[in-house]
Amino acid sequence: MTEPIVININNEFDIVLARQKGREVSKELLFGGVDQARITTAISELARNIYLYAGSGQITISILEDNGRRGIQISASDNGPGISDIRMVLQDGFSTSGGLGAGLPGVKRLMDTFDIDSVPGAGTTITISKWAR
Amino acid sequence: MRIPILKLKDYLLVSIQVELDDQTVLTFQEDLLNKIKDSGAKGVVIDLTSVDMIDSFIAKVLGDVIVMTSLMGTKAVLTGIQPAVAITLIELGITLENVHTALDLEQGITILSQLLEG
Repeated sequence: MTEPIVININNEFDIVLARQKGREVSKELLFGGVDQARITTAISELARNIYLYAGSGQITISILEDNGRRGIQISASDNGPGISDIRMVLQDGFSTSGGLGAGLPGVKRLMDTFDIDSVPGAGTTITISKWAR
Repeated sequence: MRIPILKLKDYLLVSIQVELDDQTVLTFQEDLLNKIKDSGAKGVVIDLTSVDMIDSFIAKVLGDVIVMTSLMGTKAVLTGIQPAVAITLIELGITLENVHTALDLEQGITILSQLLEG
């Protein structure tokens, strides 16, 4: 099992770094070109959300293994303001930033799994994954 | 990092071949509008053949720059959007409406000349 890769998100260049790492790992896992684009885009959106709403946080990229199947898991965590109404942010078209940073429903559509854990005032962790076909 | 903007007759040609960070894409927005003013260009082609990922921020800035060029009286066309990029944009929920697009640079130039004549 390879060690997870942790990227600290403190500025906009870290967003680029996070998606480059995501691209490298998804290539390594032999994801096709379209899935590579989905994964890198999802990472970019989550990293930008951290930067926009929390100021700083971490993206952790790890490799999943299950009975010979391999996948990628990305976890985005921050100690920011948290999300008070999770149901609302999962609705298409909802935005508090005037269209900067994609909605979470878009990220959810790009991936196989999507989990969100948020405590108002304490922070948010979003975990997404995709299995190689 | 700056994205080069080339002038060919009445057109400005841009081929984006770098990994786009927020600052680069915002600088490009400003550079392109200034170049339109200085050159008097009638049309712009922005070629995305080498771009393998467009997230919501880059999409918004590109969409905005096209509306801005139109405010200045210039036509702009996006070309070369890759299949993987088209798929992820739609899945993300970004449709880039009211933006002229073409398969490649050559067809982009054709569309521009039609837009400018019509």
